[in-house]
Amino acid sequence: MTLIRRNLAGALILGIPFLWIALFMLLPYGIIVTYSFWIKTYPTFKPAFQFGNYLTLFTDPQYLQVMLRTLKIALLVSLCSFLLAYPFAFYLVFRCKSAALRTWLYMAVIAPLWVSYLLRAYVWKTILGTEGILNSFLMSVGIIDQPSDIFLYNQFAMVVTLTYIFIPFMVMPIYTALEKIPLNLTEASADLGMGPWRSFWHVTLPLSLPGVAAGFTLTFCLSFGDFVAPFLVGGPDGNLMANVIATQFGAALNWPLGSALAIVMLVVVLSIVSMSDRLERKGAAGGF
Amino acid sequence: MAAIIELENISKHYSPTIIGVDKVSLAVEDGEFVTLLGPSGCGKSTLLRMIGGFEEPTAGTIRLADKDVTWDPPYKREVNMVFQDYALFPHMTVGQNVAYGLKTMKVAKSEIATHVRDALTLVGLYDKVDQRPQQLSGGQRQRIALARAIVRKPKVLLLDEPLSALDAKLREQMQLELKHLHEKVGITFIMVTHDQGEALVMSDRVVVMEKGRIAQQGKPQDLYDHPASPYVANFIGTTNFLPGQMAATGAGLVSIEIGAGTISALPDVALPKGGVVTVGFRPEKARLLAEGETAENILEGKIAEVIYYGLGLRVAVELANGERVSVDSLLPDRLARSAVPVVGAPARVAVEPHNVFVFEGSVAP
Repeated sequence: MTLIRRNLAGALILGIPFLWIALFMLLPYGIIVTYSFWIKTYPTFKPAFQFGNYLTLFTDPQYLQVMLRTLKIALLVSLCSFLLAYPFAFYLVFRCKSAALRTWLYMAVIAPLWVSYLLRAYVWKTILGTEGILNSFLMSVGIIDQPSDIFLYNQFAMVVTLTYIFIPFMVMPIYTALEKIPLNLTEASADLGMGPWRSFWHVTLPLSLPGVAAGFTLTFCLSFGDFVAPFLVGGPDGNLMANVIATQFGAALNWPLGSALAIVMLVVVLSIVSMSDRLERKGAAGGF
Repeated sequence: MAAIIELENISKHYSPTIIGVDKVSLAVEDGEFVTLLGPSGCGKSTLLRMIGGFEEPTAGTIRLADKDVTWDPPYKREVNMVFQDYALFPHMTVGQNVAYGLKTMKVAKSEIATHVRDALTLVGLYDKVDQRPQQLSGGQRQRIALARAIVRKPKVLLLDEPLSALDAKLREQMQLELKHLHEKVGITFIMVTHDQGEALVMSDRVVVMEKGRIAQQGKPQDLYDHPASPYVANFIGTTNFLPGQMAATGAGLVSIEIGAGTISALPDVALPKGGVVTVGFRPEKARLLAEGETAENILEGKIAEVIYYGLGLRVAVELANGERVSVDSLLPDRLARSAVPVVGAPARVAVEPHNVFVFEGSVAP
């Protein structure tokens, strides 16, 4: 009796999550993969097994351009986040003497994560827009005498917005990686004749690379799949892959092509994740 | 021989009340092996780190080969440190670790490999040159850390509790290896340890530290046989302490009243009659007398406890006034079981006058 009850409990504890994953993750993946091979025949689609949709994506300059643009934006966002996050994390871990200040600054970076993502993206519209804070500031200082529309609705605005939104995901892993480096390694480096810059280059930076890799993976993948920033601040030429996918499932009514694009996106993200995973494991095994 | 390192009134005060090191002056001869010995918090590690340049003194001067280096950063000093947990770079091979310090020296690229090989051969680990530090045992890492420091041919090698992370057997072996290495390379060694055994085995000179100051310094045997204070007597080796009062002063030989009788001693300094003193002697310098045997200094009591530790016995004897003293006795052979004292039996402890320490005051540690 108790055995049965225990088995039943076990089945429930494991079964429900399995069911959930099967129903809401594996099944949709399957559906999308299947759709990606179908053919669009107006007004609906016809089951098939052919690679026409994938061929279209990689031959039609319109889609190729969107994919390259998405790649570019995601790389720029990761790079900007890295250039801003690394010195900041370095300061927090090695230079900030007061533990209270360190915690406070770290929390200041993390706290925006608790604010709605949509709101954080929207904020940049009010900063960069023609009626926005940036324009009124520049006008009040006298640098420009008419509101400028060059700040909003372009790729620059997207990179700024996405960097702002995703930078905590770069700070956190780098901070953790730097914190794990024993202080006596930098002392040993100094002891062996290396000045602060060379010590950083030879010891601190290589040992923090797993954190950098994790940060790049997170910010890259998150901005690669972003939908909201192009929508809010991207403008007419700011469409990214996620927006195109949405269009294919909506107005364009071409589910097979949308599915193929989604699969391409998934493959890119999964490759990045597995690459970074390998890099981190190598780092854990003692470096690069 | 000239002094290679000179510390002049070196102090490290963290605040007016928190004092790490207080006005320490010390000169270390070229080629000497000096040990800074003391309990944790006595300032020995801080002193070493100031010599290495990792901390700045709040007052005083450090001279390395007659040059003032007090404010030089570590990478400008011709000293190298072996860190407590070795601080080997995990992302480099053993060979790269050892070669690291040569990059900043005027060593031709082609010669680096030769230097690395020589240093690793010196510590007997050249076959590990392509391995990562994580793949090595604690003792091996210790040797790699030594090789990495020695390859730069520093004027002084600093060792911060170098053996504390090793297990007892390996530690004993490494003590001798370090000592032999020191003799072989001829570099000045300054080591920090809290292990008195280590200090006695390895050093030419031991500097005992107490609360940021030097309590006493000297050759290991001098410190052991002539401790200047109960603190030193207690920190190096084991000492029985008894409160006493000077009963009579003779020519060298004095008589001291202790609660359980009188004891004669040959103190290093003259002490006034009637003065309060602390008497000390080491367990291994005292012995239990056989029945009918006579000796100069006899303390009577009864056996309170017998501890067997393989090499011999440590017997605690309770004196007539309740004070306890320990006496070591070696068992002559494996058949001598009958010689083991019985708890509760009367006992007589004898210690020769020249083996009795006399310290002024009643400050038993």
